[in-house]
Amino acid sequence: MEKIIELKNISKSFDGEAVLKHIDLYIGNSEFITLLGPSGCGKTTTLRIIGGFEKPDEGDVIFEGTRINDVPAHKRSVNTVFQKYALFPHLNVFENIAFALRLQKCPKEEIRRRVKEMLSLVALEGFERKNVTLLSGGQQQRVAIARALISHPKILLLDEPLGALDLKLRKDMQNELKNIQKQTGITFIYVTHDQEEALSMSDTVVVMADGEIQQIGTPIDIYNEPVNAFVADFIGESNIVDGVMPADRTVRFSGHTFECLDGGFAANEAVDVVIRPEDIDVVSPDQSPLTGTVTGVTFKGVHYEIIVDVGGFKWMIQSTDFVEEGARIGLKIGPDDIHVMKKSRYSGLYGDYSSFSDELDELSDADKVEE
Amino acid sequence: MRKRSLLSTAAAYPHIVWMVLFIVAPLLFVLYYAFTDPSGAFTLENVTALGSHKTTFVLSIALSVIATFLCFIIGYPLAWIISRADPGRQRIYMMLIMLPMWTNLLIRTYSMMAIMDDGGFLNGILAALHLGKVHLIGTKGAVLFGMVYDFLPYMVLPIYTVMNKIDPRLTEAASDLGAGGWRVLTKVTMPLSMSGVVSGITMVFVPSISTFYISQKLGGGSFELIGDTIERQFQNETTYNVGAMISLVMMVLILISLAVMNKFSDESEEILP
Ligand SMILES: Nc1ncnc2c1ncn2[C@@H]1O[C@H](COP(=O)(O)OP(=O)(O)OP(=O)(O)O)[C@@H](O)[C@H]1O
Ligand SMILES: [Mg+2]
Repeated sequence: MEKIIELKNISKSFDGEAVLKHIDLYIGNSEFITLLGPSGCGKTTTLRIIGGFEKPDEGDVIFEGTRINDVPAHKRSVNTVFQKYALFPHLNVFENIAFALRLQKCPKEEIRRRVKEMLSLVALEGFERKNVTLLSGGQQQRVAIARALISHPKILLLDEPLGALDLKLRKDMQNELKNIQKQTGITFIYVTHDQEEALSMSDTVVVMADGEIQQIGTPIDIYNEPVNAFVADFIGESNIVDGVMPADRTVRFSGHTFECLDGGFAANEAVDVVIRPEDIDVVSPDQSPLTGTVTGVTFKGVHYEIIVDVGGFKWMIQSTDFVEEGARIGLKIGPDDIHVMKKSRYSGLYGDYSSFSDELDELSDADKVEE
Repeated sequence: MRKRSLLSTAAAYPHIVWMVLFIVAPLLFVLYYAFTDPSGAFTLENVTALGSHKTTFVLSIALSVIATFLCFIIGYPLAWIISRADPGRQRIYMMLIMLPMWTNLLIRTYSMMAIMDDGGFLNGILAALHLGKVHLIGTKGAVLFGMVYDFLPYMVLPIYTVMNKIDPRLTEAASDLGAGGWRVLTKVTMPLSMSGVVSGITMVFVPSISTFYISQKLGGGSFELIGDTIERQFQNETTYNVGAMISLVMMVLILISLAVMNKFSDESEEILP
C-alpha cells in the first residue's frame, strides 16, 4: 500500500505536559484508519497536527514524501469534519458546501453542478437554501461532510463526527460514511472513543492511551491479539488474569495449567492472560478444573452476562444458556480461547469484574452521548 | 382611594417611576418648549428658526459621520488584532484601550489642547527640530481628532466582544477549506462580527453628533457644531424655545439612525446561532 501520510516521532506538549509522546504512524492511500482511545489520550491533537492547526514540538509530518511541518492548514490537501460541525452560520447550505470552490474561483456553473453532486452524495437534495442553524444534527453532519469533500481533498479528517447523534442515526451515518469513503477513495482518518464504531468501520485501528500508540492493526487483529492489558480491556470485554509460561504452548493461571497456542516467552515468564467472555463455555463443575460460583446474571438480549467468582477473582462469561445465581459451574476454556500477552504498565489495572456493575456502564454511556 | 392605589402601583414598579421622572418628564418639557414662545403661547416659529442653523446641522452630521468612519477604520483592525492575541495579552490591550476613559473628558480635551496649541507641546517639538509650525487648534481636523480619540473605545469594545465570541473552529474551518488569513477575515470574521460593528457605529455616532465640548475647545470657536448651538440657546432665556426645537430635531435624527442601525443588526443577528 502506498503511504500518503507519515508521522515520524511526533511529540507535543501543552504547558509542559506531554500530550503526544513519540508517535510513529503511517497511513496508506485510500485507507480508512481510526484513532481510538479514551478521552484526553491525544487523538484530537494528532488530527490537528495532520490538519496543520498545531505544530509538533518534535518529529516530522510527511505528506506524499514531502515534509509539511511548516505548510499552513489552508495549503494542505487535507480537509476536516469538525466535532461540532463548525458550519458557517451566516451562509446557507449551498454556500457552506460551495465555500472551498468559491475560494478557488471556480466558474459558477461548475460550482452549481458539484454542490448538487455533493448534496446527492449526502442525501440532502433540495436543501440548498436552508439555513444551516435550523438543520437537525444529522443534517448538519451531512453538510459538514459535503463541505469537506467537495474540493476532493486527499485526506479527510473526522473528529468524532457522530458523537452528538443518537444511536440509530449513528448506525445509519456509520454505514453512509463507510460507503462515501469507498465511493470516493479518499483516505479517512477517523477519531472516536467508541470501540464498536472503530471495529466496524475501519481498515486499520490505532489504539492510543496516554499520548502513546498502544497497537496498530486490523480490527480482527486488535480484537484477537491485543498487545497489552489496556488494549484487551478497551476493545470489547476481557477477563485478564495473571499467569506464567512454564514453556511454549503451556500457560498456568488460576492455579491450573492450560494448553495454549502462544509461545516465544522466557521460561516461567510472568504474563497477562486474556480470555474473552464469549469464548468461555459453561459446563458442569466436574468437567473442568476451573470452577466458580455465579454471583450475578444479567439478560442482555442476545446472551446472558454471567459474573462468576473463581477463587476470589471475578470472571465474566457471555452465554446464551441461563444459569442460576449462586450455582456452582465449571468454566471450559480451549487452547485457542487463550491469548497470552507480555506484562506492561497496564497489567493488573484491568480485566477483573469485581467492581463491575451495569449501572456504572450506563453512566459512562450517558457521558458519551452528552459529549 | 384612587390615589393610594396609584401610589402602591408606583411602589411596585420603581423602574416605571424612574422612567417617568427622568425620561418621560424631561421629554415632555422639551416638547413643550419646542412648540411655545418665551411667553408660553403655542407657536411654530421655532420650526422656521431651524432654517438659520442648516449649515451647522450639515457640518455636525458630516463631521460625526467622518469621525465614526475613522473610528471604524482604526477600531476594527484593532479589535481584530486584540481578539487574536493570547488571552493574557488581550486583557492588557483592552485595559490600555479603556484607560483613557477613566480620565475625565474635560481633562482629556484640555490636554489635547495643550498638545495641539500653536505654542503647545507638539509645536514645541517641531520647533526644536526646526520643522516649522502646524496650526491645529481651530481646524476641523483637530475636532475630528478629538472625537476619534475620545470615542474610539466605544467602537473597539463592542466589536472585540462579538469577535471574541466567534467560535475559533469557524475560522479554522475556513482555513481548512483553503482560505488564507485575509480571506478568513473577509469571508468569516467580518460577516460574523457585523452586529458588533453596528453597535460600535451607533455608540460612536450618537456622542459625536451631540458633542459640544470637543468642538468648543479644539475648534477654538472658529466654527460651531449643533451641540454648541443647543448649549448657546440655553444660555439665554429668550432662546430656550429654539434650543428645545433643535434638541428635538436632533433626537428624532438620532432615533431614526438608531432604528436603521437596529434593523441592520437584527438582520445579521438572525443568521447567528
Ligand atoms: N490547546 C491546548 N492547550 C492546552 N492543553 C491542550 C490543548 N489541546 C489539548 N490539550 C490537552 O491535551 C490532552 C489531549 O487532548 P486531545 O484533545 O488530543 O484528547 P482527545 O484524545 O481528543 O480526547 P477526547 O476524546 O476527550 O476528545 C488533554 O489533556 C488536553 O487537555
Ligand atoms: Mg478529541
